[in-house]
Amino acid sequence: MSIQNITVALIGNPNTGKTSVFNQLTGLKQQVGNYPGITVEKKLGFCKLTNTIKANILDLPGTYSLNASSIDENVVIELLLNKNDKLFPDIAVVITDVENLKRNLLLFTQIKDLEIPTILVINMADRMKSKGISLNISHLEEQLKTKIVLVSTRKGYGIDELKNQIVDYKSLSTEPCLNASSIDEEYFNKLRKAFPNQLLYKLWLVITQDVNFLNLERNEIRNSFTKSHSDLKRLQQKETIKRYQFINDTLKIGQTIDSTNATDLRSKLDKVLTHKIFGYAIFFGILLLIFQSIFDWSSVPMDFIDATFADLANYAKTHLSEGEFTNLICEGIIPGIGGIVIFIPQIAFLFMFISVLEESGYMSRVVFLMDKIMRRYGLSGKSVVPLISGTACAIPAIMSARNIENWKERLITILVTPFITCSARLPVYAILIALIIPNKRLFGVLSLQGATLMILYLLGFGMAIFSAYILNKILKVKTKSYFIIEMPNYKLPLFKNVAINVIEKTKSFVFGAGKIILAISIILWYLGSHSSNASFKNAEKIVAEKATAEGKVLEKSELENITSTYKLENSYIGKIGKTIEPAIRPLGYDWKIGIAVVTSFAAREVFVGTLATIYSVGNNNDDSTIKSKMQADVRADGTKIFNFATGVSLLLFYAFAMQCASTLAITKKETNTWKWPIIQLVFMSGFAYITALIAYQILK
Amino acid sequence: MKTTVDLLHIGDIARITNVDLDKIPLKLLEMGCFPDNTLEIVQIAPLGDPIYLNVNNGSHLAIRKEMAREIEVEIDEK
Repeated sequence: MSIQNITVALIGNPNTGKTSVFNQLTGLKQQVGNYPGITVEKKLGFCKLTNTIKANILDLPGTYSLNASSIDENVVIELLLNKNDKLFPDIAVVITDVENLKRNLLLFTQIKDLEIPTILVINMADRMKSKGISLNISHLEEQLKTKIVLVSTRKGYGIDELKNQIVDYKSLSTEPCLNASSIDEEYFNKLRKAFPNQLLYKLWLVITQDVNFLNLERNEIRNSFTKSHSDLKRLQQKETIKRYQFINDTLKIGQTIDSTNATDLRSKLDKVLTHKIFGYAIFFGILLLIFQSIFDWSSVPMDFIDATFADLANYAKTHLSEGEFTNLICEGIIPGIGGIVIFIPQIAFLFMFISVLEESGYMSRVVFLMDKIMRRYGLSGKSVVPLISGTACAIPAIMSARNIENWKERLITILVTPFITCSARLPVYAILIALIIPNKRLFGVLSLQGATLMILYLLGFGMAIFSAYILNKILKVKTKSYFIIEMPNYKLPLFKNVAINVIEKTKSFVFGAGKIILAISIILWYLGSHSSNASFKNAEKIVAEKATAEGKVLEKSELENITSTYKLENSYIGKIGKTIEPAIRPLGYDWKIGIAVVTSFAAREVFVGTLATIYSVGNNNDDSTIKSKMQADVRADGTKIFNFATGVSLLLFYAFAMQCASTLAITKKETNTWKWPIIQLVFMSGFAYITALIAYQILK
Repeated sequence: MKTTVDLLHIGDIARITNVDLDKIPLKLLEMGCFPDNTLEIVQIAPLGDPIYLNVNNGSHLAIRKEMAREIEVEIDEK
């Protein structure tokens, strides 16, 4: 029995619950990646429909129509216009929201015109009763020339019917719903004569859209059928109005709304959440809640993870036979991995909050509230989304700036987002704060350590706003102020959606960062425990002779400690560290911190892993955590290395410096030039160096 | 009475009479903002901008004042 594979594309407006349907169909059988060459997220899932038919389900980016205005939307058109694409769908499933059928059907009629077998899913059907909506399904199916499936992902019905309908896709009509060519008969007749083998609507899209489509053909089509920009737009307007007329006529009989009994939660919530006082107070309260969870609530699992990894390294050391390989595991790999695993709780909390804010529809209200304020700084209300999700990671945050229509506002958002305290800074902050700020509570409630973290967040945010303000004054880009945001209805976030989102994001983050950290800790371990020079090889002898010469009598363990420190200083890494030390000494750092700062330019979170590796190599006291090892470290003159001045200087350096290769890469991709990432790197790191220098010189 | 959307108040319901195609993005049309459709002012942000609309009875969106100025409407005198 052969197995048939079919490809199903889920298409729909944003906020129609497309991803919920995707999650219901595929469960956890999902692959999240990128489309080749661009950073648009590609979600592919798998679903076994019958014993002989398997479906590849593609969750396409949400789009309002086939007239694309962003690269996310381009993906949809490019796929649907290219029959040779290996993901070209056998069936298109258009997802609509029962409360917003009129607007959602616009996209449906466009997809139908491409003559792809299409199923119409009317989602959130459980709301029909409370909204007083009734549908005449057979009339709608007849008019729209499709099969309709009523689905509620919340109540969990309709999915099996959808699967059956997908299996039966050959029976679907591929006839278009309306004849769009009537908007300009003469023009379209000419087009039809010139390209008799092509779909008319497809030709029209090729002419109007700026998408990759077999270049030669496209030039040919465009050359002979050019129209001025405003003529094209006039035709597009005519097309849109025509589609709406068709939809209105269809819904006149197909849909009745009796709003007398409808509950109107939306307007009640809107009144409170966009209120001039309550609105801002609630938003601020939510931000506070997020910070509270990051620092206070996640400290319990974090301490547990920290101790577990220290135990694990110790256990491995006592149970594995001695040798190079054991050293690599205990001193390189385990502390390195521990350095990243420890902040899973914080990342998970952050992604959970962001996911809930977006799913519930609240994020749009924040955009609405903040737009006027943000514009003063050259940003858009929509910059709030990147700035908030920047607290998790700057990379998806910079990508989410795509929703900003105005190029100048978008560019400024991209440039300042890396100032926001991302989760990679958290482990650095956490360990430094624990080292230099006493674990006390102010007035019995406010934790001093928590307050310090809050200040660092505010500092990052303040710096982002301040540089936006400066950039707004400097940058001379003339663009129209163009801003549209959908205000979706409020929804209680679905647990499954949030959970899958948190798991996916955390997983890709940990594995992505994990790979770099693992590689760096192995390299560091090697560099830290090897050297070509003679003083490294004869360390035991030299230390012993020195002690005898100075007339000291040392205990065995003390001698061992001094020897390993001496060895570390003379290893490859010690040499490298000593070379850069003059540049960082004015900031209050010794060569060990220097190495950590330098390796952090690959990714900030490497800081903790690097110090963990260096301190494990140079220390025989195994049962302690990284923190206590750092705390115990002293300078030649006996003063603590991690004192208050050095700690503050490091905190400031990490708050401002651009130390993330992936962020630079994404800025390059989104702005199409190296100019902006280079400016980010130089400006941010230079500023970080200066503030850290000033802070240390004042505090020391 | 003829006016433009930026001059309306919360709760006003008006009929769109004209939109300036050269100043209005296609996306706004696709959201239902074209002549003969109705629009309602749902909310105005605390600082007077942006404006939250319900267009074509169901399409909820927010736009800035600058763009609202380009949408001409007809409203019944009170």
